Amino acid sequence: MKRLLSRLGSILERDPRKDPNAVVFLLLTFGVIAFPIAIQIVTRGSGSFLISQAADAGVYVLLAIGLNVVVGFAGLLDLGYAAFFAIGAYTYAFIASDHMEFTPIHQAIHIPFWIALLVGMFAAAGAGAILGAPTLRLRGDYLAIVTLGFGEIVPRLFRNASTWTSGVNGISALDTPALPIWLNGPWSGDAFAIVQNFKIIDPLAYYVIMAILVAISVVLVNNLRRSRMGRAWMAVREDEVAAAAMGVNTVGVKLLAFSIGAAFSGFAGTFYGAKLSLVSPENFGFTVSITILIMVVLGGMGNIPGVIVGALLIYYVIFNILPGLPQQASDFANSIGATSLNSPSGDWPGLAGEVQRLKYLIFGLILVLTMLLRPQGLLPSRQRAEELQKGVHEDTTIEDVNAEAT
Amino acid sequence: MVGSLKQARIAFVEAPIGRLVNLLVILAVLYVIFILAMKVVGQGPSYFLQILTFGVANGAIYALVALGYTMVYGIIELINFAHGDLFTLGGFISVFLLPIFGLDASKAGTAGIILPLLAVFIVTMLICGAINVSIERVAYRPLRRAPRLAPLITAVGMSFVLEGVMFLWKGPFNVPYPNLLPTTGFVIGGATIGVKDIFVIVVAGILMVVLALFVSRSRLGKAMRATAQDQDATELMGIDINRTIAATFFIGAVLAGAGGTIFGLYYNTMVFDLGFSAGLFAFTAAVFGGIGNIQGAALGGLLIGLITALWDGYMESTWTQVIIFAILILVLVFRPTGLLGMRVPEK
Repeated sequence: MKRLLSRLGSILERDPRKDPNAVVFLLLTFGVIAFPIAIQIVTRGSGSFLISQAADAGVYVLLAIGLNVVVGFAGLLDLGYAAFFAIGAYTYAFIASDHMEFTPIHQAIHIPFWIALLVGMFAAAGAGAILGAPTLRLRGDYLAIVTLGFGEIVPRLFRNASTWTSGVNGISALDTPALPIWLNGPWSGDAFAIVQNFKIIDPLAYYVIMAILVAISVVLVNNLRRSRMGRAWMAVREDEVAAAAMGVNTVGVKLLAFSIGAAFSGFAGTFYGAKLSLVSPENFGFTVSITILIMVVLGGMGNIPGVIVGALLIYYVIFNILPGLPQQASDFANSIGATSLNSPSGDWPGLAGEVQRLKYLIFGLILVLTMLLRPQGLLPSRQRAEELQKGVHEDTTIEDVNAEAT
Repeated sequence: MVGSLKQARIAFVEAPIGRLVNLLVILAVLYVIFILAMKVVGQGPSYFLQILTFGVANGAIYALVALGYTMVYGIIELINFAHGDLFTLGGFISVFLLPIFGLDASKAGTAGIILPLLAVFIVTMLICGAINVSIERVAYRPLRRAPRLAPLITAVGMSFVLEGVMFLWKGPFNVPYPNLLPTTGFVIGGATIGVKDIFVIVVAGILMVVLALFVSRSRLGKAMRATAQDQDATELMGIDINRTIAATFFIGAVLAGAGGTIFGLYYNTMVFDLGFSAGLFAFTAAVFGGIGNIQGAALGGLLIGLITALWDGYMESTWTQVIIFAILILVLVFRPTGLLGMRVPEK
């Protein structure tokens, strides 16, 4: 406790202009705790939809943290990251539903969610290792293409192998996570009682689980970054030849980055499957991979708080602002008297329809403009910022290295 | 001692595993070829000829797109993700131009379509070229000295921008393309070889021969080859690198524009995100043939076209894309230099 307090004190003492990360971390922690309370107050107790959406946003935060290990730390461009997400989700579907009864195995498997989290994680990490082992020797841009190909193959495999995965329909009615024992009481509007096999259906419970998962992941990744392994990743990212000359086993190090990154998406996939209670091959396409990449790039490659902020921001834009925009646009056109804009003619589907089609363009522009104007992202890691802006490392001073190490 | 132990491990553990994997992959490929051959023999020769015609026509289109990938990669080592979408954009532009040049379905198959169609081709190709040169200027040139990841990410971004523009333009629907070419054909050995097939193969063939001559004979072609080898030395020789690279992008886009138009005329339908899978197929073709190698891209395109057609014709077509992407991964893992490529050290 004392150590924790002194740690907190040292975070507060740091100059926020020099180290905005600590401030962002504190704000995020505060925000995660305050969010459900604030939402319930603002919406007068009917905010469970928003809380549920926040738990979904957490899935993307986990994915972004994982992809950040691959792209941000080790500098490997993975364009098929959604494949590992799919593998995590399908693993949960296989081992925690009645589905296996309808496959050639004829025996339903029900593994508790908490163990399935680990199974999903290892399945995704294993897939990452299997894909990575032969391909990580390749140069960077070839690796991007191989992962892209893998990302296209996996959902198609799940769609085509319908004896095992029931094809396009996906697998539904996955098990709800359950706690072995739970105390009911006035806080949930019940009388005091010990409930066995307590099923988790409340969005707030998912939100809490997600927050814990994200917190664990952040601590893990942060420690990894500062470990020997993390330094090796950054060395490989900056100059592979030099890193190899310093005795870094480049292929092994890259393989670990790849598997660890995949492991996080396995985590996220299991949670996603459990919460939605449905997996379908359509949910893991190229757009998902690109969405996660945009989150990492916009937030700041290599910087964990940056990536989290990027993920939350992009999630908010895609799932909250964009769906409401068409209606607002057509209302706006009506209010200024330009009603003719709203009626479809020829290729013009009406303003609302046209606004609905903006997603691709926005995705593309975010990627291009970020790389051109602020390649280090919104909340950069200092070292990465220098690298991306100058493209050379000669003038990295000793102080910079120290600042990165602490 | 540790070193020798490590060597022993490599000799006794890793090498046999590597060889085992190689052997398994070769066996799997042979098995697939065997199954395919059995089906081909079972269905008879005329069906095979039909599939072959289709495959060659298809492959000619892939080859045209693959050339753009291979030229750009050869000169600045960038995988131009936006190239496949430029191919689709070519189709969209030409379908927009057709009525302007007075071409519609009522003139289908008459001799009067030849000159206007030629004009549509040329205008489409020029527009595509101009677009690609501006993309290079805006999105790739500022990042030429940046870490490799940066231009790769902007390339993915540009691909989405182009798709977004086409999506805004035509929406998620299939865009009908007027059926202008004559639908007649010659019957040879029980298979019908359509005028369309011949048109595709001839036009693509002419473009590829012109390109090969241009790169090997012209001054600009020589400058391109020099830039690909060593940019700094080329600049010292007084060659404007920026202009040479822009020219490469222009030529690649011209071929993609022509490819898009040919695709429209051949299949009579387009969709905004066609360029994603078609572009990946074409990229696979470029890698298969040996990236950076112009003849290789043509050969790779032809092979990918044939494999696609054979798989669609004899096996389940839902697996075709999986097969092509698997080929992509296998080629990159086992022979990253492709069929005709040379080993190039990483710069």
